[in-house]
Amino acid sequence: MNWQWFYQLGSPKWFYQKTHYWQHWLGAFALMMLVVGAIWGLAFTPMDYKQGNSFRIIYVHVPASAVSLAGFYIMALAGAAGLIWRVKLQYTVMSVAAPIGAILTFLSLVTGAIWGKPTWGTYWQWDARITFTTVQFFLYLGIIALQQAYRNQNTADRACAMLALVGTVNIPIIYKSVDWWYTLHQPATLKLTEKSSIAPEMAYPLIWMILAYYICYVWLLISHTNAASLRRERKSSWVQALFSDRNATKVT
Amino acid sequence: MIELPGLGTVFGRTFQREFIMGFRNRGDLANPVIFFLCIAIFVPLGVSPDGKVLAVLAPGIIWIVALLATLLSLDRLFQSDFDDGCLQQVMVSGQPLYWIVMAKVLVHWLITGLPLTLLSPVLGLMMSLPAEGYWPMLVSLLLGTGSLSLIGAIGAALTVALRRGGLLLSLIIMPLYVPVLIFGSAVIRNAIEGFAVGGQIAVLAAFLVLSLLLAPLAAAGALRIGVQA
Repeated sequence: MNWQWFYQLGSPKWFYQKTHYWQHWLGAFALMMLVVGAIWGLAFTPMDYKQGNSFRIIYVHVPASAVSLAGFYIMALAGAAGLIWRVKLQYTVMSVAAPIGAILTFLSLVTGAIWGKPTWGTYWQWDARITFTTVQFFLYLGIIALQQAYRNQNTADRACAMLALVGTVNIPIIYKSVDWWYTLHQPATLKLTEKSSIAPEMAYPLIWMILAYYICYVWLLISHTNAASLRRERKSSWVQALFSDRNATKVT
Repeated sequence: MIELPGLGTVFGRTFQREFIMGFRNRGDLANPVIFFLCIAIFVPLGVSPDGKVLAVLAPGIIWIVALLATLLSLDRLFQSDFDDGCLQQVMVSGQPLYWIVMAKVLVHWLITGLPLTLLSPVLGLMMSLPAEGYWPMLVSLLLGTGSLSLIGAIGAALTVALRRGGLLLSLIIMPLYVPVLIFGSAVIRNAIEGFAVGGQIAVLAAFLVLSLLLAPLAAAGALRIGVQA
């Protein structure tokens, strides 16, 4: 069997050549999906009988929470792949996934606080999910901080991959602990809207928006990976050739 | 072919060496304990000297202080061995790093976690902890500080090659301490309120077993990364 395709998966050059033509189209598509989903959710969905218009922030809040948690696993898997096969591309994916994930987590926290004020009467409540999301935000920040602390790129990548793996093992434990802690101390009076109890005309835009967020996440991941690869490989011949060609065409 | 010493010998010698080194730096030995007791003065000064208020806060404060004292003592776990090249020698010795890390963490726990646990009744007294809380506090700290040392070793190993890794170490390890803190303080609080604590103690013991299995592995991997840098 020919294993060449497998080794190519770790090459930043191969990845750049395969993706840089269509990554902008993917970005345009992702933004279009976001705009369509936002208009659908904000203008054409019926008002909630209890929360009025304020529930519409669900279309920003829930997708951000879902993708930020999935992003942690994507980051850890990329880091594990990097550690196992010692390939550059997967480390680059991991290192760019951390800031994207941190921003999505932050977005989820901020929109949650804004949503909390009209419905719960408070910006902040020590609810299990909020607490868990905050801890997840700090896990992301830890990985970003560790990445920046090392001067040597390879060491930084491997240390971060290790930390991401340790974090991934801990995430279910932290989630269950916080859940247990919350149910012990306060009765569950405040509940986020459960998926099953949501009306279909509200659920379809939500599913659309989650899909849009995922596509947007993939686009951000690909474009940031390519940008980071160009910066990391700036001394390699293929990047040099790429930019000398561009300069040459500009001059002529 | 050189005959390598057995696993027991390596573990024993590492343990012995770490223990002697720990007792030669008496200042480092006492610092976490002094820190632990300092906070016991700060909380009544900053919050309230009222016994009723302190009794409510006591379970949480005792656990948070134990956690911070452990964190403060972690950055020297592998640092001096890394600086003088001992760690490189250990790596090329052909011995399993898992057990060497385990011996180091065990000594770290014996000279920080165990004294903190043994001193906690004094802290409980100063924080007017109700009488039912003392035994659960000792048991929960005994099990929990072990997990704290083991999980912290991962952070210490990840930051070993950095000049000033102390603050960064706290940042990356704190989120991982959340479950231990939740269950540890819940044991004391439940005992005071008269509920059963067996379940929470079992969960703390499970955390300890899980971190005994996995944390030295992760720390050994992180040390390899640090030394190769």
